[in-house]
Amino acid sequence: MSENMQLTLGQMSAGQTGTIIRILGGRGLNQRLEALGIRPGKKVTKISTMLFHGPVTLRTDHTQVAVGFGMAKKILVEIDTSA
Amino acid sequence: MKILLMGNPNVGKSVLFSRLTGTRTIASNYPGTTVGFTKGSLRLGQEQAEIIDVPGTYTLEPTSKAEEVAAEMLKEGDLIIDVVDATNLERNLNLTLQLLERPVPVIVALNMWDDTRHRGININVAGLQERLGVPVVPTVGVTGQGIRELVSRLSEAAAPQMTYSTSDERWAKIGDIVSQVQSLTHRHHTWREVLEDASSHPAGGAAIALVVLIATFFIIRFIGEGIINYITDPLFHWLWTPLLMKLSLALGSGGFWHDILVGKLINGQIDYFQSLGLLSTGLYIEFGVVIPYIVAFYFILGILEDIGYLPRLAVLMDTLLHRLGLHGYAIIPTILGFGCNVPAIMATRMLESRRERFIAATLISIAVPCAALQAMIVGLVGQQGIQYVAIVYGSLFVSWIIIGLILNRVVKGFSPEIIMEIPPYRFPPWRVIGDKLWLRVSSFIKEALPIVLGAVVVVNILYMLNVFNYIANIAAPVINGLLGLPKETVVALAVGFLRKDVAMGMLAPLGLTAKQLVISSTLLAMSFPCVATFAILARELGIRDMLKATGIMIVSALIVGCLLNLIL
Repeated sequence: MSENMQLTLGQMSAGQTGTIIRILGGRGLNQRLEALGIRPGKKVTKISTMLFHGPVTLRTDHTQVAVGFGMAKKILVEIDTSA
Repeated sequence: MKILLMGNPNVGKSVLFSRLTGTRTIASNYPGTTVGFTKGSLRLGQEQAEIIDVPGTYTLEPTSKAEEVAAEMLKEGDLIIDVVDATNLERNLNLTLQLLERPVPVIVALNMWDDTRHRGININVAGLQERLGVPVVPTVGVTGQGIRELVSRLSEAAAPQMTYSTSDERWAKIGDIVSQVQSLTHRHHTWREVLEDASSHPAGGAAIALVVLIATFFIIRFIGEGIINYITDPLFHWLWTPLLMKLSLALGSGGFWHDILVGKLINGQIDYFQSLGLLSTGLYIEFGVVIPYIVAFYFILGILEDIGYLPRLAVLMDTLLHRLGLHGYAIIPTILGFGCNVPAIMATRMLESRRERFIAATLISIAVPCAALQAMIVGLVGQQGIQYVAIVYGSLFVSWIIIGLILNRVVKGFSPEIIMEIPPYRFPPWRVIGDKLWLRVSSFIKEALPIVLGAVVVVNILYMLNVFNYIANIAAPVINGLLGLPKETVVALAVGFLRKDVAMGMLAPLGLTAKQLVISSTLLAMSFPCVATFAILARELGIRDMLKATGIMIVSALIVGCLLNLIL
């Protein structure tokens, strides 16, 4: 399998889909994201970013979640290239 | 017996609660509608069980104040109804599995069952029940489907007490369960999803927000004025005035009881704004001016809440609100404040840090006028011209921004980033919206009317005792010198402590110029909150921070008043 591109959720562009590899943060952040179903291994699609580094909206399963840009920079995603 | 209704935020616990108990509670389509807890009771055969609507929580390891309440209450329950959003099985099961580790019996209500079909989700209920080891009942809160079965199977609730050593292990188990009981069928994007995506995009979101704002403004005016012109005004003029005039005659057209009940006659006639009687001005302010707009406001708010628009607005406003030391979610309490500041300040509990709660509550009490006050501003200031109403709102908005910017620099502590679930757009039945509107309007009448009538009586007595002259003379230098208002306006400002709408009514007989009306209504909006808001500020922030907030209010009200006096 070829090396896939890894981006943070903040760097991804709207519409891109990938699999979360790691949350680059402490236990607190991990817990809060996990509670909303955002954790390593999950498929996520980035829906949008608001202007001026506003919140990032993403979709995982049937849920949409908005996270602040700072958190989005800590969510590392391996991008799907097949699609 | 104590039954706890638990589940993730925004899965329909409050709707189920209303169904189970027959008690009406406020439910909306955004996480965090229930911040305190509501109790009700349910008949189970011979026994009377207590049902508690617990604030929503994603996990039993709490991350916000509302979640702490939930985790705390778990200790008291004898039985848990775990409400699960069937369209979000995986994430919801995380809490379910945490609950199943406890020694308390659990029954699962698989709610929003009707939504699974058009989302292409199939769940094998029997399979889920077998794997969880507790009863699972599909329910639809808004229609009541499945409620009877849920109640009849409460006795089957079980406590399997399966424990997992790590959360990864728990997630692995959840993954197992979901892959075995749930199958997805692919289907095309519905127009609802297209709309959902559009409102998440910066440009689309801003455009939709603008349309919503303008539409809200016109619909509220249309409904409010419609009720006044076609229902309440005709009723007052054709029915109530003749009755009052008869009463006035019977009481001899003057004297103590006449002035308290009917008020002063102006040119031999009752003037609903100026007579200041219990049965004239008192009733008219509430039913003739305020309630039509309360109905209009809560109707629109109810629709926006239930559709699920507000969380999207929160995301859109997040960047701006960060400058004010808040994050996007704070827009929800702020909007509630345009109805009444009391529930708005309670709703600030959903904000994570103490600093945010202080800033949000202070800004709401200063710059967000409640619906009762707004109705009076539109009614009184609007007579002088709509541009003056615009000046009042403009001053409040600019103050909101400036005070927020300052508080963000001055107040210690940190404001965390937004993290919130964006619910799907839903279209609730009209009956649900109607019920909620009725609940809010009737509780407004119950809570506000006695205070309004009491305030009118107090004002009359204080007038007779000449107390107001005394206060007015003391306050004259500030009121007259700095703010350019006649000294009698201080009476209105003092009454504003009881009720803002009555206070605005007190300005009517003073014959103020347009400029003076603008200044005094802006002052009324910004200075002391009413007594109910005071009480809630003290409860939510503590006495010290409440006093701090009050200081900020008085100072900013005086500064804005002086500036308006200089500029206009």
